[in-house]
Amino acid sequence: MSEPLLRVRDLRVEFQLARGTLRAVDGVSFDVHPGESLGLVGESGSGKTVALRALVGLLPRTARITGGTVEIDGVDVSSASEARRRELRGTTVSMIFQEPMTALNPVMRVGEQIAETPLVRLGQSRREAKQRALELMRLVGIPDPTRRAEAYPHELSGGMRQRVMIAIALSGNPRLILCDEPTTALDVTIQDQILKLLQQLQRELDVALVFVSHDLAVVAQTSRRVAVMYAGQIVEQGAVADVFREPRHPYTLGLMRSVPDFDAVRETLTAIPGAPPDLASPPRGCRFHPRCQFVQTDCLEGEIPLIELGGDCAARCLHHDQVALDVRREPVIADG
Amino acid sequence: MGETLLELRGLHVHYELRGGLGRRLRGRPPEILRAVDGVDLTIERGETLGLVGESGCGKSTLGRAIVGLCNPTAGTVSYGGEELTAKRERSRRRRIQMVFQDPYSSLNPRMTVRQTLSELLLAHQLVPKASVEARCRELLDLVGLGPRALDAHPRQFSGGQRQRVAIARALALEPELLIADEPVSALDVSVQATVLNLLEELREKLGLTMLLIAHNMAVVRHVGDRVAVMYLGRIVEEAPTDELFTNPRHPYTQGLLRAVPRLVPGRVSEAAGVVGDPPSPIDLPSGCRFHPRCPIAQEPLCSTNDPALTGAPDAAHVAACHFAWTERPPAHVPEVIES
Repeated sequence: MSEPLLRVRDLRVEFQLARGTLRAVDGVSFDVHPGESLGLVGESGSGKTVALRALVGLLPRTARITGGTVEIDGVDVSSASEARRRELRGTTVSMIFQEPMTALNPVMRVGEQIAETPLVRLGQSRREAKQRALELMRLVGIPDPTRRAEAYPHELSGGMRQRVMIAIALSGNPRLILCDEPTTALDVTIQDQILKLLQQLQRELDVALVFVSHDLAVVAQTSRRVAVMYAGQIVEQGAVADVFREPRHPYTLGLMRSVPDFDAVRETLTAIPGAPPDLASPPRGCRFHPRCQFVQTDCLEGEIPLIELGGDCAARCLHHDQVALDVRREPVIADG
Repeated sequence: MGETLLELRGLHVHYELRGGLGRRLRGRPPEILRAVDGVDLTIERGETLGLVGESGCGKSTLGRAIVGLCNPTAGTVSYGGEELTAKRERSRRRRIQMVFQDPYSSLNPRMTVRQTLSELLLAHQLVPKASVEARCRELLDLVGLGPRALDAHPRQFSGGQRQRVAIARALALEPELLIADEPVSALDVSVQATVLNLLEELREKLGLTMLLIAHNMAVVRHVGDRVAVMYLGRIVEEAPTDELFTNPRHPYTQGLLRAVPRLVPGRVSEAAGVVGDPPSPIDLPSGCRFHPRCPIAQEPLCSTNDPALTGAPDAAHVAACHFAWTERPPAHVPEVIES
């Protein structure tokens, strides 16, 4: 096995609020190998976006990284200076955001925005950088790049803007791209185009992807591995094919049973009762226990570890075997 | 065949855009945005019709025209055989109610749930003053909220609970037809199920007829008896739910279904479901509106001839494509259109 490109260990991020300290990310660890794709899935407030942003130091001012290490390509970025981190951003690591309209510079032509990294960071000449921008625009499927390069973001459609953002993300030849819900604001057919573009680029350019989304199906389509987050922790991880077919954590199972599946028409959807906990005072023991159908007395106290289940899978549940039995009785994914 | 509750005939909703100063000085006519552009649709009593389409296709405008929130430019909305205009008397307004997408902006933040509900009950004189309180509790009970919610303001609720309050508000007027415009898309995944289940339950309990407007195909498949697919202001295909999902006839529907991300990755095709961006509803393509993005478009037929909704003799399944019911021309990759 190659050395991981991204190595996150025990990452902790806190927000200082008037009503107390909110532990948004509470001991998250994962590896991403070169060329691999990892999906981080969870609901709003699960900490998935905060964890992603913490990797590159793009946290809001009220947030603080209180523990853990992040290594990118062997360099410990958590202790690195801001200057060193800036050096990594854009070249080794880049990011694609949810809302291209707010992430792009509204008063700069998109061609110039794409050429910026080659020009400023890679030391290319103006002419080279411009050529590179056109090449990237072609690569991400923007028709008529010479004309489009002169456009401002507001003159483009949502899908085209997201393509521009992808071109910018690719412009520094990164080895890792962090995607924060890149298709949530887009329509179904445009989402489909962008997801398929990202898959194709990942294959062709051999970049690693970390893909944050609330949509299980989007993660299933873009990622080989998945980590499911709940209340600031990873509660289950493994290969997408395993985790979604045979979830071993009650929360993953609950999510799978609560979404209408396009392929399986279920009589009723089973909602997860209750609501996610307040992260300023999470429940003791397992954080999911107040909403869990498999809860036992041993779930109520102590820190529940992420239990290795073999085959690269792990679940933060003491009763994962019960979950497995339940899934066997009533499969979550329709076969056929 | 059931009883027709709602019938739309040739419904158009156009918006006149003012345009820039230059345009007006040059004396050019204002641009017209054709949000709804010739829709015929019927909903039978007791059924749930799912209306799907992408943003800008006019599905929300259609819902608003039915409920009377905007004026049709042409065409009619008939309800139980009577024609309805946007300006309606109270007793008629009451029968069609709407639940909006965003429960954060559709509820008055300064009113408690009690105030919101009792105002409606009193204004429409649905119950005697003395029973208003009891009716409010009953409504909350119906949507699965306890009586403690009565004195709460919207900000004290989670998204899912707010949507329940919004549903209770719509039900307060004892409507026969409920229009739900993207009722779950602003909610978290695990909460969506509770609201969808609630709508299903209410439909059975109260015998509601429902128009569910959504962009999520899986949601529509789960809830609808029948599905209508909208593209650029028109219905392009309409069929019983299972039929539409297993035997789509319109190339747009087919592409839309291919575009849905699936939980089992192997089921996704490599090629994009539909290429290009939707054209602007200000400048509609000639002929069939889908032809610039269509993989089976034939020249000059498709760019000059606007196909009508046609179907088999029993007409439960209709599609607006020249090749819906005949042998199809071979697929080609349409040139990506400029927008």
